[in-house]
Amino acid sequence: MDKPEGNPQNTSMAGSMEEEIRVLLKDAFAPERLEVINDSARHSGHAGDDGSGESHFTVVIVSGSFAGKSRLERQRMVNTALGDIPGQRVHALAIRALTPDEAR
Amino acid sequence: MSDINSRISGIVGDNDVVLFMKGTPLFPQCGFSSRAVAILDHCGVAYESVDVLQDMEIRQGIKAFSDWPTIPQLYVKGEFLGGSDIMMEMFEAGELQTLMDEKQVAKAE
Repeated sequence: MDKPEGNPQNTSMAGSMEEEIRVLLKDAFAPERLEVINDSARHSGHAGDDGSGESHFTVVIVSGSFAGKSRLERQRMVNTALGDIPGQRVHALAIRALTPDEAR
Repeated sequence: MSDINSRISGIVGDNDVVLFMKGTPLFPQCGFSSRAVAILDHCGVAYESVDVLQDMEIRQGIKAFSDWPTIPQLYVKGEFLGGSDIMMEMFEAGELQTLMDEKQVAKAE
């Protein structure tokens, strides 16, 4: 156990936040399209980087649930679905929430 | 209303445009705050900025006040507009400039 980088537990944890976000959003919005992109490496070493490799994400979500909702309402819907992830467990979450019509 | 809520509503009531951000317009401490500053500068409006890193009470309080989990946050004439994603979408659609005109926000000096 003198090589921590070889710890299999770390390997299996990588990407777990991405997966958690994906599952929560799928359940909440049954999206037509969903991209969860981990941008953390681009922010490495800056103030919001906690060293976890899971500090910055971008979400692109296309769902009929957003029809008739303002930008503010859509982001609130996504934030609510993600509970304590935005701003607390993840430093930064960029959200692009579109209806199927807008995504075409 | 708690002390912090009345402090924040005082700030957003006293200024046409208020950006709650990390760092200052000259030295933003986060890419999203930096983007928000760039957008407001492009719009050419005068705005007040509040550096939440210098004020822990506001840093926590603003999230509950706006019911919004992240910084930056933009207020125009007392109304919460959103964070940097919404600012960027509105700016790209020309809506932010229109809104500033409609609300008769003062231009930057």
